[in-house]
Amino acid sequence: MLENKDIVSRETLIKIKKGFYMEYNAGRYDVIVIGAGHAGCEAALAAARLGVKTCIFTINADSIANMPCNPSIGGTSKGHLVREIDALGGEMGKNIDKTFIQSKMLNTSKGPAVFSLRAQADRKKYHIEMKHTLESQENLDVKQAEVTEYIVENNEIKGIKTHTGAVFEAKAVILCSGTYLRGKIHIGEVNYESGPDGIFPARYLTESLNKIGITTRRFKTGTPARVNRRSLDFSKMEIQNGDEDIVPFSFENKELKIDQKPCYLTYTNENTHKIIRDNLHRSPLFSGVIEGTGPRYCPSIEDKVVRFADKERHQIFIEPMGEDTEEMYVQGMSSSLPEDVQIAMYRTIAGMENVEFTRPAYAIEYDCIDSTTLKLTLESKQIKGMFFAGQVNGSSGYEEAAAQGLIAGINAVHMIKGKEPLILDRSDAYIGVLIDDLVTKGTNEPYRMMTSRAEYRLLLRQDNSDYRLTPLGYKIGLISNERYAKFLKKYENINKEINRVKRTNIKPSKEVNEILRNAGTSEISTGVKLAELIKRTELNYDMLASIDSERGNLTKEEAEEVNIEIKYEGYINLQMEQINEFKKMEQKKIPANIDYKSIKGIRIEACQKLDKLRPESIGQASRISGVSPADINVLLIYLSTMEKGKQ
Amino acid sequence: MDTIAAISTPTGNGGIGIIRISGNDAKKIINKIFVTNKNKELIPNSFKLGYIRNINNETIDQVLVSYFKAPKSYTGEDVCEINSHGGSVVLKQILELVLNNGARLAEAGEFTKRAFLNGKMDLTQAESVMDIISSKSAKEEKASAAQLEGKLGNEIRNIKDNIISLLADIEANIDYPEYEDIEEVKEQKVLSILNTEINRLDKLEKSFDAGKILKNGISTAIIGKPNVGKSSLLNVLLKEERAIVTDIPGTTRDTIEEMVTLSNGITLKLVDTAGIRETTDIVENIGVEKSKRALDEAELVLFLVDGSAGINDEDRKLYNMIVSKPHIVIVNKIDLDCVKTNLQDNNMVMISTKTGEGIDKLEECIEKVFNIEKLEDENQFIIMNIRHKDLIAKAKCGLLNAVSTVNSSMPMDIISIDIKEAIDSLGEILGESISDDILEKIFKKFCVGK
Repeated sequence: MLENKDIVSRETLIKIKKGFYMEYNAGRYDVIVIGAGHAGCEAALAAARLGVKTCIFTINADSIANMPCNPSIGGTSKGHLVREIDALGGEMGKNIDKTFIQSKMLNTSKGPAVFSLRAQADRKKYHIEMKHTLESQENLDVKQAEVTEYIVENNEIKGIKTHTGAVFEAKAVILCSGTYLRGKIHIGEVNYESGPDGIFPARYLTESLNKIGITTRRFKTGTPARVNRRSLDFSKMEIQNGDEDIVPFSFENKELKIDQKPCYLTYTNENTHKIIRDNLHRSPLFSGVIEGTGPRYCPSIEDKVVRFADKERHQIFIEPMGEDTEEMYVQGMSSSLPEDVQIAMYRTIAGMENVEFTRPAYAIEYDCIDSTTLKLTLESKQIKGMFFAGQVNGSSGYEEAAAQGLIAGINAVHMIKGKEPLILDRSDAYIGVLIDDLVTKGTNEPYRMMTSRAEYRLLLRQDNSDYRLTPLGYKIGLISNERYAKFLKKYENINKEINRVKRTNIKPSKEVNEILRNAGTSEISTGVKLAELIKRTELNYDMLASIDSERGNLTKEEAEEVNIEIKYEGYINLQMEQINEFKKMEQKKIPANIDYKSIKGIRIEACQKLDKLRPESIGQASRISGVSPADINVLLIYLSTMEKGKQ
Repeated sequence: MDTIAAISTPTGNGGIGIIRISGNDAKKIINKIFVTNKNKELIPNSFKLGYIRNINNETIDQVLVSYFKAPKSYTGEDVCEINSHGGSVVLKQILELVLNNGARLAEAGEFTKRAFLNGKMDLTQAESVMDIISSKSAKEEKASAAQLEGKLGNEIRNIKDNIISLLADIEANIDYPEYEDIEEVKEQKVLSILNTEINRLDKLEKSFDAGKILKNGISTAIIGKPNVGKSSLLNVLLKEERAIVTDIPGTTRDTIEEMVTLSNGITLKLVDTAGIRETTDIVENIGVEKSKRALDEAELVLFLVDGSAGINDEDRKLYNMIVSKPHIVIVNKIDLDCVKTNLQDNNMVMISTKTGEGIDKLEECIEKVFNIEKLEDENQFIIMNIRHKDLIAKAKCGLLNAVSTVNSSMPMDIISIDIKEAIDSLGEILGESISDDILEKIFKKFCVGK
């Protein structure tokens, strides 16, 4: 038994009194990760790979890297996140490349900044591969246990306790509890305590969090039913195939060839909507039984029917759950209506007349924290060594979770080793936008990444993620020498080619003008720089290959990046200028011990907000709602008086 | 640091006004708008006499420009100061010109802030600087809020909403590529919305000029040969004795500027002028030269003749000088007998500055000449605030860029960059952050999500 008893939870005391179990000293780790979902896996792998002793806890080892909702990775802006995770040395991109069953590049007509890669995953294989990767990782232990308590002394984390009485010491603990904290599932009038996919919820940790001063709130999300493929009639649906050319998520994979599985598209109709309307009173969302705040971008079908009453039909995508299963995911039909209503409404849909459920749709409520209580490193401002990542921070989505997990894992190690924290800002990466939004602005609903949240998205493209982040990943120690050498080579090729294209003069000739004419652009009569031709709307780098005798020998992706960098150069430079301005303010750091109340001239509202959120830089301060430019000016002057005072 | 500019003397009609420009481009901007006779380079720590010229190479004012080279200046940056004696309207014209040539309007207290940050002040001054900034910005905020109440604020909000709605369409297309109920945004639709809103912004921007008339007063010159009663008219309008009124021709040696608000609410910025005489000794009289300048700058000319003396050649010559400007012919001294006018003009009133007779007719006539009712009708929204105007111009510029981006067939995500800039500017006027508005709009308009 440990001697320190002042922070034992009520449950534990009851259990001890009842003689349920004895606590025992189970060992010591540098980093402990609670939860082995997408955030937890990245956090644990990053920490272990950076050389510290790490342990990851999961309530059920068969649910590691589970996808309790849609069986897919990526999509708009989320695809960017996966690319960035990979560029920094994370695992998600590699894991999906090993286990995808369909791949698609979305938005190819809408501009280079928003090309978005999405892959359908084999859910079980994704889990198995990730589990195996964790198990095989040096410095990393995987343990199945429910963590019930934090051990905190003097506002510093010391360790954790599990439901079986094990007490582990740790220098840093990363909570990645997803939707498990006091998870509660609703299916119509029926509700019960549960994590997703029928796994146990985490029942005790919330109380321990509250006890050490971390407040929690209730969010809600939902998922549609899973159905048996044999009960569907695909002849009444539209088939949706993947791309022929598969673009991998990971830099480490070059060519991927698989036999892709199709998805299907069908629609709801007036009958579906009628059933929903007739049974709304039985939905816990409308009757008020559910207290949690749900996301706007992930509405249940009843929500859609109510809010968009005049819409005649809603799209439904049928996605395979994997190769070794007949289960299919019904995207667009998330619901918390009773099971009988669900079956009835699903059966109104074309191709689903005889549908058989394997698992019904449900809504799930869970506890999460207020992300504005975190630093940009994802460490708690209140308690040293306590990190948070993923849905517990109020985000939603596998990719958002993984991105936070990676950053929390790296920063936990850096904290232990006394190294500079890793903070990506809004101009570095979508990951920076995600974390800054959560920490600086906070969120009132589960937060989903969207391309429109990124101010500098022309520079935050998925094609240049490596360029933006791999040098950082290498410096941190998550990118191998071999990969880094390949990376340098790639950008040497690209830069050389960009310079050459800008220098190369194309003289007017019959051959040149024929190509221009065929492309529908004006012919040339004097010499023109190759770069100028590429910039023309009707042309691109590849189209001019035949008249470009010195063309470099580039891979497809290298060529694409050359094309984008040349074609959109003006706009890219414009954003670069904006970023330079932005960076100046980000680099003006605010000392942690600043006393806002003593600063004359800051308005009261701003003062309260600044005092509560304690921003790390002037830039971050300026993004807090309620802080005006005048407040920022006053703050700048105050800081410079402090600096001068020191000298 | 970017280059900032503002009028740094208090508003009102002091003898001189100063426009201060600070930043790397200060000198460059001056070189674009300032000409001297010898066209010499500005020398640090010295003044230069010359003219401010606008785009059309028209002289706005004769000014003194001083130049202080960084770091030896108030702010520690390159600073140029334009000393003008043209009054508030001219000052604002010059400021606009400076802003159009690359400066940005300074925030409240920004010069002082820069001075402080560049080490030009000591610690003891810091606190008062912080006070200045917060009180100035509070004042500006209040003024701005008052101006945005009612129709104007609604108009800007409505334009902003329409642009946000367009952007939401584009963003929904991008973020939800597979949803059928999100209509693909077509270039033609984008262009038509952009052009509509550009027109509205353009109207708003132009209303600044109309706004100037209402706010700053109609710059009005009283013209007439000596001793027809110009000063008396001024005094009647002011209802107090100001200028020296005697019967001796040529008593008014200098121009006098006065603001007067008429009973119908129109403000005149009156310049009483020394009599303009066709005499050979005008050179001796500086006031005459000034009168001619006042005439050039005037938006309204009150042309005064002595009804008891009748119209002579001198009157006719003067009349020919002013006839192309908005003007009113005022026949004075109708209290005396034998009023003779052999001058035909659409806008002619008979008054007596001695008895006050006909002054009401004069006010009506001014209203008619300026068509104030129509002005207010046409410009339901009038921009008064130069900061607002600056931001509206910026928003318009963003949308114009978006149009040219669309026309060069750039993809939607690039078009959205320009549109966002426009929304940011409008948001700045209204003091609202816009990032959440777009998402709000997307989720309101479209049924998306798994």
